[in-house]
Amino acid sequence: MVKRLSVVDVDRCVGCQVCMFACSRRFSIGGLGKTTIHIKSAGGFEKGFVVVVCRACINPPCAKVCPTDALEFREGGGVVLKREKCIGCGNCADACPVGAIFWDEEINKPAVCVYCGLCADFCPYDVIALEEI
Amino acid sequence: MLDKTIAKVLFIDLTKRSFWVEVREELFNKYLGGAGVAINLLSEECPQGADPLGPNNVIVFAVGPLVNMFPMASKTAAFFKSPLTGNLGESYCGGRSAVALRSAGYGAIVIKGASETPVYIAVHGDNVHFRDAATYWGMRSTHGVGRIIRENEEGAGVRTIMRIGGAGEKLVRYSMVVTETYRHFGRLGLGAVFGSKKLKALVISGKKTFPVVNKTEYRKIYKEIYDKEVKSPLLQKYHELGTASNILVLNELGGLPTKNLKSTSFDAGENISGELLAEFYLGRRTACAHCPVACIHLATLREPYEDESYFYKTTWVSYDYEPLFSLGSMLGISNTQGVLKLMHEVELLGFDAMSVGVVLAWVTEAMETGLISTKETLDLKFSWGDYNAYIKAIKHIMNQPNEFYTYLAKGVEAAALKYGGLDFALAFGGNEMPGYHTGPAAIINHLTGARHSHLDSGGYSLDQKVLAKKVEMEFTPEKIAEKLFEEEAWRQVLSSLIVCFFARGVYTEDVVIKALNTMGYNFTENELKNIGSEMLKLKQKFKLREGFKPENLKIPKRALETTTPHGKIDEEIIREAVKAYFKKVQE
Repeated sequence: MVKRLSVVDVDRCVGCQVCMFACSRRFSIGGLGKTTIHIKSAGGFEKGFVVVVCRACINPPCAKVCPTDALEFREGGGVVLKREKCIGCGNCADACPVGAIFWDEEINKPAVCVYCGLCADFCPYDVIALEEI
Repeated sequence: MLDKTIAKVLFIDLTKRSFWVEVREELFNKYLGGAGVAINLLSEECPQGADPLGPNNVIVFAVGPLVNMFPMASKTAAFFKSPLTGNLGESYCGGRSAVALRSAGYGAIVIKGASETPVYIAVHGDNVHFRDAATYWGMRSTHGVGRIIRENEEGAGVRTIMRIGGAGEKLVRYSMVVTETYRHFGRLGLGAVFGSKKLKALVISGKKTFPVVNKTEYRKIYKEIYDKEVKSPLLQKYHELGTASNILVLNELGGLPTKNLKSTSFDAGENISGELLAEFYLGRRTACAHCPVACIHLATLREPYEDESYFYKTTWVSYDYEPLFSLGSMLGISNTQGVLKLMHEVELLGFDAMSVGVVLAWVTEAMETGLISTKETLDLKFSWGDYNAYIKAIKHIMNQPNEFYTYLAKGVEAAALKYGGLDFALAFGGNEMPGYHTGPAAIINHLTGARHSHLDSGGYSLDQKVLAKKVEMEFTPEKIAEKLFEEEAWRQVLSSLIVCFFARGVYTEDVVIKALNTMGYNFTENELKNIGSEMLKLKQKFKLREGFKPENLKIPKRALETTTPHGKIDEEIIREAVKAYFKKVQE
């Protein structure tokens, strides 16, 4: 079955961003430059946090605006990025209504969730989970 | 080192409004980062005898090689010449400061000179902007200015917004710099140094990534460290009740400074305990970036407006052990909401919570003993527990409407030198005392520690461990001095990586070595210990250069009169230990 990340309970989020580091670490690097999940405050720490991550849409808007078909529809929902086809135009990032297409500045191409669940493995408070669509 | 960006030092000159980068590989190779690098940069850049509030003082921010690589390496070191003590200023902060600074592609930032007009600096990766802060100057609330900058700058989620409030602008010698609203460079007056440079805020963000030598090994060691952190019972305690859990422990032990240290147990300790706060006020727990522990505890304070029925406001107040001591037991405040209200005001205006509490405690006793009267205080009457008077007083300390409040803004020792009451002015080396009166090791730590902070060498912890027989040692002056020096030296290594001290039980020598290996650093345990000791000596050397004299250290009589869990402390023991410690510094 096809999987995606699900925000189980955003109110449990403490904003530690360990998930973001886990995501970047799939390339065995440190830092946040390649993360495809993003945690920010909802307007100050006291307001709680917002989890921005790909929802694996059926018929995703990001793929529809890709001029080179670098973002391919994934069966069951979501997209797969074919980097070699991508020209880095940024249309996809503009089109995503939740802002879940991130930008890898080192290669000037989008950073897109691969639905691996590494972020959820490192969430200490069960905020997110990998679930079947 | 594999990653060269750590060796980049961003210099910012506020006088000339210019910036440049210098690569200091030799410095970062030898001293790792953080404290070790910062003390070198401070010694180089701050001329001897510089006025701490003049343009010649410098501010050094530094991070270390473990930041952004391993969890709980989330601290930034700030080094400067302290306007409070006149020598070493050193303070640490988490929030998102460390992750942001390193992500911007630097190991350190040095801020020099002074601006003629209010300014704030935005560092976004390679770009440095000098932004006009005329509109922000005069905003007393650290919350307000943070909120506005948040809306105007990029990098939501991966940036730090360091800023000062009214106390920093008005050069209160113990004003702080706040980041991410609830974390602080609290001690030794960094806020006033910002204020003296007309620097309202510093925003930093970036998106750099960092390579490792051995990918499999990196992921394996990361997981080991992470697992230890989420499973450690000690860290669990910091997550659950937070540092406030220590209130009842210290109170029962008889080590909680109360009413200007007239006593070490507070009869209303329960009211300011972590347990009570969690049960009735805790609204949210949050974390510094890259820390699974989430020790930041925010209380919700719901208050009615008196002029209209059913009109409420809810305020979020960050609480920890230290402000609960300094603005709670130290002032004899038994009203929980009163403590929270005072704590909130202190945070808004941007004071170091510990110092301002100790100053207010001295004021209360000075009034009690008749050294000062309502003539000096502008009609404010101080008595233990009267939090409303304290809330009014801190506004006076900020604005300094008369000579008395101007002296209060200089610190408790300066005020006592002017008005009397030195015996109960609770400062060590010019820095107001922390919340531990646990025994000889704590007092020796306060006197000898390079920044006169309880975190320098953990004397309070040694006192407690010896008491509980967790550490077997001869509790003699020489042995205590030796143990504290050794601990302080190792902590320099942690402060150079930079690891939060809460994780010091996780980042043991072997773990630090393994973690560093993954990034191409090859240190042996001995080498690390030796550079720790060297860094500590460099810090003490800077202090001596700036006029610090160990033989002139004052011990407030009160600290010797009031009993500790180890009984009353003999001055001779303290003096001998101080001598032994500084002998080790000279070795």
